[in-house]
Amino acid sequence: MVEATIIGAGVAGLCIARELLDRGADVMLVDRHTKSGAHACSWWAGGMLAPLCEGESAEEPVVRLGREAADWWEAKTEAVHRCGSLVVSPAHDKSDLVQFARRTTGFREVTGSEISNLEPDLGNRFSKGLFFESEAHLAPRTALDQLRDSLVADGGQFAQDDADPAKYAQRGLTIDCRGYQAKDRHKDLRGVKGEMLILSCPDVALTRPIRMLHPRIPLYIVPRGEGIFMLGATMVEGHAGKHVTARALLELLSAAYALNPAFGEAEVIETGVDSRPAFPDNLPRIRRDGNLISANGLFRHGFLLAPALARMVADLIFDNKNPEVMDETAA
Amino acid sequence: MRDFYGTALSNGLMLGTAQYPSPAILADAFKRSGASVATVSLRRESGQDLAGQDFWQLIRDLGVHILPNTAGCHSVKEAVTTAHMAREVFDTMWIKLEVIGEEDTLQPDIFGLVDAARILTEEGFQVFPYTTEDLVVADKLLHAGCEVLMPWGAPIGSGLGLNNIFGLRAMRAHFPDVPLVIDAGLGLPSQAAAAIEMGFDAVLLNTAVAKAGDPAAMAEAFASAVKAGQLANAADPMEPRDMAVPSTPVIGKAFLT
Repeated sequence: MVEATIIGAGVAGLCIARELLDRGADVMLVDRHTKSGAHACSWWAGGMLAPLCEGESAEEPVVRLGREAADWWEAKTEAVHRCGSLVVSPAHDKSDLVQFARRTTGFREVTGSEISNLEPDLGNRFSKGLFFESEAHLAPRTALDQLRDSLVADGGQFAQDDADPAKYAQRGLTIDCRGYQAKDRHKDLRGVKGEMLILSCPDVALTRPIRMLHPRIPLYIVPRGEGIFMLGATMVEGHAGKHVTARALLELLSAAYALNPAFGEAEVIETGVDSRPAFPDNLPRIRRDGNLISANGLFRHGFLLAPALARMVADLIFDNKNPEVMDETAA
Repeated sequence: MRDFYGTALSNGLMLGTAQYPSPAILADAFKRSGASVATVSLRRESGQDLAGQDFWQLIRDLGVHILPNTAGCHSVKEAVTTAHMAREVFDTMWIKLEVIGEEDTLQPDIFGLVDAARILTEEGFQVFPYTTEDLVVADKLLHAGCEVLMPWGAPIGSGLGLNNIFGLRAMRAHFPDVPLVIDAGLGLPSQAAAAIEMGFDAVLLNTAVAKAGDPAAMAEAFASAVKAGQLANAADPMEPRDMAVPSTPVIGKAFLT
C-alpha cells in the first residue's frame, strides 16, 4: 500500500491527493489552515480552462497538458462549465486580435452579430472576435471545496501543521505542494504577483469567460453566476504585497467598463493579491530527492495544469515512470 | 563606436527585459543576440520591499551591462525616487531616464526630463535620457549634464520604426561627438539597421523582441541588423542620386540582346 503525505492543500496538493487516492494510495494532506481560503494562491484563480488561448504566449506543454483539465475537473467535481471562451479587442487594438489569431488554433472568427448572439450583453461594442468553442471554465472555490469534501468522504486524512516537508519525508513518501512557500527548497522559484477583483453586477449577464486583449496584461472576466464576476489579472515580477495597487484597480475596472458600461454600477466585493509560483520557463516541475517529491511552478496555470501534474506524480509513484516535467538535477 | 560614460560596449544592441513569455526565453534572447546592455524597469510598488529581487537576480545573471530605467514615471519626483532605488538594487550609476508626458503616445515630458536630468547628474548619476529628436531639448539635456542622448524612433511599443528620419539625421549631424541611441518604436530589424547606417551608436528595443512569436530568433535578427548597419556605416555608403548610372558601360557594346 502506498502511503503519501502531501504538504499544502492548494490546487496542486488537492489534485495530487485525489489522483493518488483514486489509484489506491492512503493520503494525508497537511496544511497550515483547516480549509481552503485566501491564504492559497488558487483561491484567487480565474478558473479558465483555456489551453488554446494560453497558447498565445505559453509554451507548447501548457497547451497540450492543459487539454486534460476540463475532463478531469468534470469527472471529480461539479464545478465545470463548457461554454467556450471569447476573445475580443478594443477597436484601437485591432492588430492585437490579428496577432492573437495567428498564434493560436481551435477558434472560429466571429462577427459583431455573432458576438451579440453569444453574449447579448456585449451588444454591438465589438465587430470581430475569436470564439474558442471547446474551452471551459470552472468556479475555483467550489472546485477546491468539492475536492476537499470528496477526499474526506473517500478516506483521505487532513492534518493542520505548519509543516517542514523534510521532517515528514523522514517518515515516508512526502509530496511538497507548498507553491511559493517552497522557495526555501527551490532557489530558481520566483513569485509573479497577480491582482484580481470580484464584482457583483446583477445588471450584466455573461455565459463564458471574455478575454479582452490588452497590450500588457492578460485581462479577462469570468462569470461566476448570479451576477458575480471575477476580473483578472495583473502580472508583476515580484512577490505580492498585501493589497492590490491603485493601478491594478484602474486597469481592471476600465477594462470591465469598456466591455459593458453597466459594470460602472458594479460593487467591488473582493480584491485579491497573491504570488504565483514560477520557474524560469514558467513551466511546472516535479523534482525528487529521496522520499521527498516536489510538485510546483504552476504559474498562472494552476487549475489548467494541476490535473496533468497530478497524473504525472501518480505515474512516478505507482509506475516509476519519469514525467516530462521531471527535473532531477536542481532540487 | 562612441563610449557611454567611459564604458565601451561590444555592440550597439540594447534590449529591454519586460513582457517576455518567460525569464528563460528572455535569457535565451540575450544569449542568441549577444546584446551588450539590458534595461530593466523598477516599478515602485515592488521596489519598496525589494519584492522583485528574484526577477532582478535573473537579470543580473545575464552578465551584461544593466541600465535600470524609470519607465512609467510621470513626474520628476517619481523619476528621481525610482533612480535612487535603481542605484541601490543594481549598484550602478547608470539610469535611463523616462518622464512620460502623455498617455496615448507615451511622449516624454521634456520639461520634467530636463529638470530630472539636472537633479540626477548633480547627484552623480550617469543619465541616459529618453527624449525626442528636438535639437533644443537635446542641447538642454547636454547642458544639464547628460553625455548620452536617446531620441525616440516612434512612440514606445508602436513598432513604426524611424518616424522622422530627417530630424534624426539632423540630430546625428548636429551632435557629432555625443553617443546617440535610438530608443523606442522599432518593430523590425531593417529599421535598426537603418538607424545604425545613419550613424547612431546603438538601438534600444523591447516589445519588438519580447512580443515576437519567437523572441530569441528575433533578438538574433536584430543583432545581425545592428552588425550590418555598423559595417555599412564604417564602409562609407555611396551617395544616392536621382538618375541611373550604369555600373557597366553600354555604349560600344558589341551585342545588345
